[in-house]
Amino acid sequence: MDLYEYQARDLFEAHGVPVLAGIVAQTPEEARAAAEKIGGTVVVKAQVKVGGRGKAGGVKLAKSADEAQQHAEAILGMDIKGHTVHRVMIAQGADIADEYYFSILLDRANRDYLVMCSKEGGVEIEQLAVERPEALARVSVDPNTGIDAAKAKEIAEKAGFPEEQHEQLSNAFIQLWTVFSKEDATLVEVNPLVKTGDGQIIALDGKVTIDENAGFRQPQHSELVDEQTEDPLEAKAKANDLNYVKLDGQVGIIGNGAGLVMSTLDVVAYAGEAHGGVKPANFLDIGGGASAEVMANGLDVILGDEQVKSVFVNVFGGITSCDAVANGIVKALEILGDSATKPLVVRLDGNNVEEGRRILEAANHPLVTSADTMDAGADKAAELAHSAQTDK
Amino acid sequence: MSIYLNKDSKVIVQGITGGEGTKHTALMLKAGTNIVGGVNARKAGTTVSHKDKAGAEIELPVFESVAEAMEKTGADVSVAFVPPKFAKDAAVEAIEAGIGLLVVITEGIPVQDSAEFFNLSLTKTGADGKPVTRVIGPNCPGIITPGQALAGITPANITEAGPIGLVSKSGTLTYQMMYELRDIGFSTSIGIGGDPVIGTTHIDALEAFENDPETKAIVMIGEIGGDAEERAAEYIKAHVTKPVVGYVAGFTAPEGKTMGHAGAIVSGGSGTAEGKKEALEAAGVKVGKTPSETADLLREVFKG
Repeated sequence: MDLYEYQARDLFEAHGVPVLAGIVAQTPEEARAAAEKIGGTVVVKAQVKVGGRGKAGGVKLAKSADEAQQHAEAILGMDIKGHTVHRVMIAQGADIADEYYFSILLDRANRDYLVMCSKEGGVEIEQLAVERPEALARVSVDPNTGIDAAKAKEIAEKAGFPEEQHEQLSNAFIQLWTVFSKEDATLVEVNPLVKTGDGQIIALDGKVTIDENAGFRQPQHSELVDEQTEDPLEAKAKANDLNYVKLDGQVGIIGNGAGLVMSTLDVVAYAGEAHGGVKPANFLDIGGGASAEVMANGLDVILGDEQVKSVFVNVFGGITSCDAVANGIVKALEILGDSATKPLVVRLDGNNVEEGRRILEAANHPLVTSADTMDAGADKAAELAHSAQTDK
Repeated sequence: MSIYLNKDSKVIVQGITGGEGTKHTALMLKAGTNIVGGVNARKAGTTVSHKDKAGAEIELPVFESVAEAMEKTGADVSVAFVPPKFAKDAAVEAIEAGIGLLVVITEGIPVQDSAEFFNLSLTKTGADGKPVTRVIGPNCPGIITPGQALAGITPANITEAGPIGLVSKSGTLTYQMMYELRDIGFSTSIGIGGDPVIGTTHIDALEAFENDPETKAIVMIGEIGGDAEERAAEYIKAHVTKPVVGYVAGFTAPEGKTMGHAGAIVSGGSGTAEGKKEALEAAGVKVGKTPSETADLLREVFKG
């Protein structure tokens, strides 16, 4: 999960990383109060999980509380690359002498961590990496030893900082490592890390991604979820422990196993090309079990999506046998009763498939069509979605 | 022949007394796997009842530690069915004990834990300078050498032994592909897992299949996220002489959304299915649009 800047700032502060005062505000009045509390020149910053907010007019300097309120008024509700601004952060103004770049991230290829650091911060780092790779130091970090004093010094040296800055920067690097390690982050980025006029090192803007798999030992992370911007169907699915991603198509998808479901979306999209361009409406992985209850919860979420015109259930019975899955589908339709109104195409294969198909046939549910293969099922579901669309 | 796992492998199960451990120990035995015991420190000294492949009752000993299990049974493979909270400790224990192959089935392990135990495995090297422990997973279905042994949760009844080697990030997609090609059969099928940090990679498996005389063709299944497929493509171009057929899942995945597997995410325009397909095709790998088309491409190799 990506965090907002103000959340990253708070985590930095909690782990001793030097930051400036910052207060989050959801209304212009709150923004005014925050500006008064901080005093002096402040910056009103849109809180969105997307880059380029400065260019979009989402970051404004305010010399007074009045001005902060006016800027907040303009920025709140603004659309930045499809993200609505629900909050601003009122941040203390900084006297910037120099801007640097620092990040720690998971290196999937090397299966360790990578620190990137540059004396040239405040710029698009991807651009710097391409245009002047020599200006961006890259240092591997062993997950079992992390960033200690020696590693921090190595980073400062490789980035070309003068010796007199090493100690001060090293302290900041070690504190940022603490954030990465203690918060189970997969990314901690500071851009810019600044030197102020009076020589302090400050993390001025931060980006943190935390690992949701670590939730069992980071219970406080659940408070960082922004329910305001969560899709309501995704929130409902999450509450039922379902792995669901809302997409923009017409064919609802249920399957077992992440890879097979991703593949099902693709196959439906190809099939849709012949049926008016219908597309998959969602990703939904019900996992291995496929009990009636899980199936009913899954169908309930999918049928709650008004765009959905048909549903494709694609299950490969591995350990789970297909008769259990078929029973799950039949019972799920019983549980849902009249609220299930859209046609279902079911493709079962694998373990005990004959019995599974027999159960579906015996139930003879008017909404259910069986398909023998994944390709045929996808084609049928796309066809049904298209004809439902054109009937209107 | 096969890769990493065969009928002589002596397998122990970490978490043998738990629900998943019990269920899959039974299935692994049924598949012919030589399971010699399990580990659970709290139940050390007891036994668990199971049936062997022939259906005869057997008692499997439960040991205090992986080290003890290895010492008493000569085990060289461990399969871990341990909840995420305890998975790192279980993996560290197996690596410290110097097990030859560690298969971590568990889904939902914090990625920093995986990075820590995997990097630990790199530091424990043998006389040849290579790590003693090969890690497969986490968040994977494990490995099956049909007709010989299963270390994981792959259904053993899909297909039999044959000349295809398969490596995949996904479980059910692997089963689907094995099912499509069940008439030809597989030397070894290995699910390397869908997490951002995994032990054995596509490249490791490709190298092993290239060197395995029983494997005549390779199916490589990838999915969105990271650049493992792109790196595998480079490896294939430079080192693999056997025919490779590919499949990539996730063409319709939107940017910035995790698609089930923790590692399956397109971010900042990288890790797309399209990019992976292009990289594989540039390396001479035929890539199917769907699992069935991929199976057809593989069939053509054998007709060839």
